[in-house]
Amino acid sequence: MPAVSMTVNGKAVSGDVEARTLLVQFLRENLRLTGTHVGCDTSQCGACVVHLDGIAAKSCTTLALQCEGANITTIEGLAEQGGPLHPMQEAFRDNHGLQCGFCTPGMIMAALDIVRRKGNDLDEHTIREQLDGNICRCTGYHNIVKAIKAGAKAMGESGGVRQAAE
Amino acid sequence: MSATGIGAAVRRKEDFRFITGKGQYTDDVTRPGECRAVFVRSPHAHANIKSIDTSEAKAMPGVLAVLTGADLANDKIGSLICGWMIHSKDGTPMKMAPHPAIAAGKVNHVGDAVAVVIAATQAQGRDAAEKVNVEYEPLTPVIDLAQAKSGQQIHALAPNNTIYEWSIGDARATEAAFAKAKHVTTLDIVNNRLAPNAIEPRAALAEYDAGTDQLTLWNTSQNPHVARLVIAAFVGMAPEHKLRVIAPDVGGGFGSKIFIYPEEVVCLWAARKIGRPVKWTADRSEAFLTDAHGRDHITHAELALDEHGKILALRAHTIANLGAYMSTFSSSVPTYLYATLLSGQYDIPQIYCEVDAVYTNTVPVDAYRGAGRPEATFVVERLVEVAARELGLDPTELRKRNFIKSFPHQTPVIMAYDGGDYNASLKKAMEIADVKGFNKRKREAARRGKLRGLGYSTYIEACGIAPSQAVGSLGAGVGLWESAEVRVNPTGSVEVLTGSHAHGQGHETTFAQLVSERLGIPFENVSIVHGDTDKVQFGMGTYGSRSGAVGMSAIVKALDKIEAKAKKVASHMLEAAEGDIEFKDGKFTVAGTDKTAAWGDVALNAYVAHKFSGQDLEPGLKETSFYDPTNFTFPAGCHICELEVDAETGKTEIVKWTAVDDFGTVINPMIVEGQVHGGIAQGVGQAMLERVIYDKDGQLVTGSMMDYTMPRAHDLPSFTVGLTETKSPSNPLGIKGCGESGAIAAPAAVINALTDAIGTEQLAMPATANAVWSALQHTRSPQAEIPPQAA
Repeated sequence: MPAVSMTVNGKAVSGDVEARTLLVQFLRENLRLTGTHVGCDTSQCGACVVHLDGIAAKSCTTLALQCEGANITTIEGLAEQGGPLHPMQEAFRDNHGLQCGFCTPGMIMAALDIVRRKGNDLDEHTIREQLDGNICRCTGYHNIVKAIKAGAKAMGESGGVRQAAE
Repeated sequence: MSATGIGAAVRRKEDFRFITGKGQYTDDVTRPGECRAVFVRSPHAHANIKSIDTSEAKAMPGVLAVLTGADLANDKIGSLICGWMIHSKDGTPMKMAPHPAIAAGKVNHVGDAVAVVIAATQAQGRDAAEKVNVEYEPLTPVIDLAQAKSGQQIHALAPNNTIYEWSIGDARATEAAFAKAKHVTTLDIVNNRLAPNAIEPRAALAEYDAGTDQLTLWNTSQNPHVARLVIAAFVGMAPEHKLRVIAPDVGGGFGSKIFIYPEEVVCLWAARKIGRPVKWTADRSEAFLTDAHGRDHITHAELALDEHGKILALRAHTIANLGAYMSTFSSSVPTYLYATLLSGQYDIPQIYCEVDAVYTNTVPVDAYRGAGRPEATFVVERLVEVAARELGLDPTELRKRNFIKSFPHQTPVIMAYDGGDYNASLKKAMEIADVKGFNKRKREAARRGKLRGLGYSTYIEACGIAPSQAVGSLGAGVGLWESAEVRVNPTGSVEVLTGSHAHGQGHETTFAQLVSERLGIPFENVSIVHGDTDKVQFGMGTYGSRSGAVGMSAIVKALDKIEAKAKKVASHMLEAAEGDIEFKDGKFTVAGTDKTAAWGDVALNAYVAHKFSGQDLEPGLKETSFYDPTNFTFPAGCHICELEVDAETGKTEIVKWTAVDDFGTVINPMIVEGQVHGGIAQGVGQAMLERVIYDKDGQLVTGSMMDYTMPRAHDLPSFTVGLTETKSPSNPLGIKGCGESGAIAAPAAVINALTDAIGTEQLAMPATANAVWSALQHTRSPQAEIPPQAA
């Protein structure tokens, strides 16, 4: 079985995988990082979103071997154990942007990418359009939109800002 | 109201693990030596199994076993069951066909399992599953619901594929009322089949301990104790006390995770047989093929009115598709959960409803958020809105003339509504929605080439299920009470073991709010425990909007007992008569004095037991209650949908959604609003986007999220949710429940608004852009054929 090495949440990791092993399987089964979830098999639902070299990617549609040498951030990498939460995580809790929690890691990772590309001052229409790749069955999106708007703003205020890439 | 008490929008305790990726969903759990189950599923909707050759598969790498329905039968594993007996009009019991966990002899829907591969890895299992050779003899499938009764017979015990022919109400009195009517509104309604699609797919992990002969099942269940009972006693897997079921974090249920499915039965059986833990997790395509679908009714409905627009009677005939097998609650959904709500919010003297439930070669159909009440509300609210249009009356005027105004109100269909003020919700919703300004907005939209429409849905539902005696008399095989054990620890913190289950509802927070306020202890000091049959006493689980009304009531009763015992302990500590002890804000006081004991001291004393003898008072402070509700509860309200249609494309945008709901007492308004949002989204999904489609050969065309349209953020607006409050008289907290109301109210509001916008009633759900555009063409040239809906 081929070997693969990458950096996940700042740590160097490696493992033996099959050619067909998906990144999400490598994360969940080899690395036991079970915060990234699988919700569909056609790349629609977004529960599997991680950051691959700083950009949102669906780990269900990425092969582990594709990530040789890459830098991966998962939901577990946003906050240190016992440390403060990321402003976007706080915003989801503060705005009741989750119910069952299953889509939530993917939503948060996607939200960070929206901020990276669209900046910290997001309007409702933009957020709704940008969430096309993330499905939630519980919340009706109302509070997710509120959470992302608030989280984006908080990121700007705390200095966690990226200038809009677009 | 305190910052963390009843009525406070407390932030949720459970969120921390979900926002940090530390949740424990069933697929996250691993056990040493775990292997994987991969099912071989029928590609035919209806076929005899002529032979199964597993030899090639067994030889594949990593394969531990390949098992078939014959193996299952040899091991005497029994059938899955439907637990609610319904009788036909002629008294005959429903025709419940055998439902083995792996088909043997015959397959009855695409996706029906015919074998299972147990392999070391998922990939090895999939490779081997492809090598299982099944020879089928295809039979004619029965797919079209309207023709099901005349199709090929699917099950030997059900001629005409008929499960039951049930009715409710007085046929003759209803007929007499129709004979006197000055106006009759008639509608033919299809309530479209839906896939619940919780984002977490179903999963099961089973482990057998040969040393203790004990089975453990981790399962995505909304009701682990019910799963345990059914699998032990009915399927015959093991004695009940030798089976532990754990439902850890569950990623949404919406009813689809209530039922006991083949997969968990097979995993348990296989784990014991091969001596290693066996895990199965559905992929999404598999979920579409095996999760119980929802709705799927065809209804012919009529409303009789007099010359003043007063409703005289309602009559409906429904054909309900239950799919290939009867799922766990399936029989109850189109009968007692549907027809008993056909009075809506209106004073209707006579109602008669016939329901024919049939088998087809499709996935089994069972409860899905709302379970019968969305179907009923759609029938009633469409009839009323169309009747208003036919009579030239404002739709709110027709409603107001017919609202029930005095309570209690006995409907002709069993339900006796306890209280409500339907005018108040309608009025408040109309104000918030600025109905007065609608015509102006409509004209402005027309200038932009858009057709604006406004639609109402004044709904009522029966939830907080349910009084055991009542449902027992209607055929339920179980009681629908709920349990709670309140454990006070020596250090004064409290654990509540609840028979309810949370899969998004926030019980760890709301239940703690209740306990914290009642006992006057910090919110942080209260833990809520659920989901493990080894920890928690028998409970019925969460569905039917019952965890507030029934689950919390059980906690209240247990808290009553805790308070009573704690006062006894305090009376010994304070050397006073028990009757003189008062308890308020976490302190016990001797009435009329300044002698007090704090909660923490009383708790410790209960366990240290130095101040009293164990003969007149037992040590400890832990009480249990099994609470049986005295009635259903009746949340009700008014939703108003305002939308705009692009006449060129049929694309519809919902521009405003107003909901005013009466849920009785609200524990956490933030959580309640979230439930309404989610329910509305599912209702809009039904109305505009979603439909499970089978082709004439029974192939599932909408077999993935690529083909089945799930609502996305840009399909929905933000919602304005308001509340009115008339407390339920049927439980100590006055809670009515809220979880399903959005899904119940929304479809009618959307279709009423759309038909208002485009000026025709010829519009079926889902009202996709294609459907709306086609309907519009028909209004422009009525002779033009409406193109058939896709597939």
